[in-house]
Amino acid sequence: MNILRKKSTENLPFSERAIELFIRLCGISSIIFVFGIFFFVFREGAAFLFNGLDLKEFLTSVEWQPTSLNNKRYGAFALIVGTFSVTVLAMCLAVPFGLGAAIFVSEFCSPKLRETFKIIIELLAAIPSVVWGFIGLTLMNQLIIAVFKAPIGLTMLNGSIMLALMSVPIIVSIAEDSLKAVPDSYREAAEALGATRWQVVYHVLLPAAKNGLLAAVLLGAARSIGETMAVLMATGHSVNIPSGPLSWIRTLTATIAAELGEVARGDEHYQVLFIIGILLFTITFVVNLSADLVIKGIREQ
Amino acid sequence: MQNNRQIGHDIIGIFVILTCNFVISSCSPKDNESIASKEAAQVIIKNKGSDTMVNLAQAWAEMYTSVTTKASVEVSGGGSGTGVAALINGTVDIANCSRQIRPKELELATQNTGKIPQEFIVGYDALAVYVHHDAPIDKIAITELAEIYGENGTITLWSHLGIQHSACPSDKIIRISRQSNSGTYFYFREALLGTNRDFRIGSLDLHGSKDVVEVIGRTPCAIGYSGMGYATSHVKMLEVAADPDSPYYPPTLENVLAKTYPIARPLYMYSLGEPTREIKVYLDWIFSDEGQKIVEKLGFVPLESN
Repeated sequence: MNILRKKSTENLPFSERAIELFIRLCGISSIIFVFGIFFFVFREGAAFLFNGLDLKEFLTSVEWQPTSLNNKRYGAFALIVGTFSVTVLAMCLAVPFGLGAAIFVSEFCSPKLRETFKIIIELLAAIPSVVWGFIGLTLMNQLIIAVFKAPIGLTMLNGSIMLALMSVPIIVSIAEDSLKAVPDSYREAAEALGATRWQVVYHVLLPAAKNGLLAAVLLGAARSIGETMAVLMATGHSVNIPSGPLSWIRTLTATIAAELGEVARGDEHYQVLFIIGILLFTITFVVNLSADLVIKGIREQ
Repeated sequence: MQNNRQIGHDIIGIFVILTCNFVISSCSPKDNESIASKEAAQVIIKNKGSDTMVNLAQAWAEMYTSVTTKASVEVSGGGSGTGVAALINGTVDIANCSRQIRPKELELATQNTGKIPQEFIVGYDALAVYVHHDAPIDKIAITELAEIYGENGTITLWSHLGIQHSACPSDKIIRISRQSNSGTYFYFREALLGTNRDFRIGSLDLHGSKDVVEVIGRTPCAIGYSGMGYATSHVKMLEVAADPDSPYYPPTLENVLAKTYPIARPLYMYSLGEPTREIKVYLDWIFSDEGQKIVEKLGFVPLESN
């Protein structure tokens, strides 16, 4: 047996090394790409960010008039509020459903049903965002008009429902993993003390898996913040400070998507869109980093 | 031991698949070249730009396949700005534009490509002001539209226009607009507000001429603008006057040609330099009766000479 093994590696020394090199490159490339992208986005926006852009106006003014002929104004406050409000509302909808589904799949359903559920939930994650956007623009638009008697259905609520549907699969799969990671001895001990199934979930599993569940929620939120196409189509795409779920809004991502195609390279407007990119990058970085730290917290426990 | 070898095989398998893909993908351009050289006679004219004109350009391109086999036309949209940007980069043969090219863009294109863009007016488009089918309004003045859409405008409610809009309980006018790279957006802003005033923020900025009409058709409180070719049975086109004391005109072919309808604009095509053979033949065909008939068929206004 030993001879065999030796022979096979001797026969394939080059391919072995090539494969190892290839895989190593794959690993390193992701780091290079992340830094490369950040560098590129930063470089495109940097000149105007440090020289010319009124940061206070950018962060606090609602006047987004990048194509004005005489009086260009780059106030992104309404866009920032739009992104956060649609994400928060989406999480309010997605978290109860996502965590509920995760608890059901992990604790309450039979193994056979569990497999079916997981496949269906993964299928939900595979639907392209433009399809969600289309559903928002047509079906959900009419539904909101009919149910809420709203003048128009392209609203924050519409976008939030689409985002919730998109982030539920992420929340479910991560939350389910973290519930599965709780040792069975916890469940057995609780049941031995006479706890009902719900008491086991509520008093034992949720506290034990809380970091994983929090990470699931944060990654779901990161998905919502970064989503573009669905919110572009479903939220009305209007620079507006929302007064409620039936207000229409515009998000940071949708603004980049709608306007980047038009601008001349190197133009002020072009650079401002990249500054929005830097802002988004920072927001998702912070959210992802906190999710990572939270997950790390689980491992160390 | 067995497992190790299995994994080794799998990795080699993946590697083989990857290399195969690489080989295949690196080969395919050559295949295309050989196909292209077989049909060397066929010239492809690249045509890009205005979303307003994209259906028209598509219709021309389709009809043109029955006119000649020497050239075929590839059409894509994206907005007038996108078309001009492509012209500046020299990546299109003809740019469609629902506004006139700006002096700065003309200069850039000349600098970049060494050729001066040539302008052709290929038809006219009347921007219709649309409202919902049930809206109790038939006409509107440009000055009123300016107060509805303009910054610091004074008209925000239907009752400000003297209208009791029973289908719209909130009374608020929902302004439908276009994304800011569309030629339609620029033209409408200029027609209403001149060059010194901007649109008020808070309008719903939709992404296509068709979307505007579709959303208005479902929204009784809405008002919006789009090409007159996009009308459906769910919406109504308003008669427009320059100001409340002037006569109101509906957006019709006659009124556009007579220049009495106040928000009509020419549709442009730009070529890089004097159009060369196949491009010239194509443009000449667009100006012919056959080409201009398509303009009328799609709800635009053909050139006067025809």
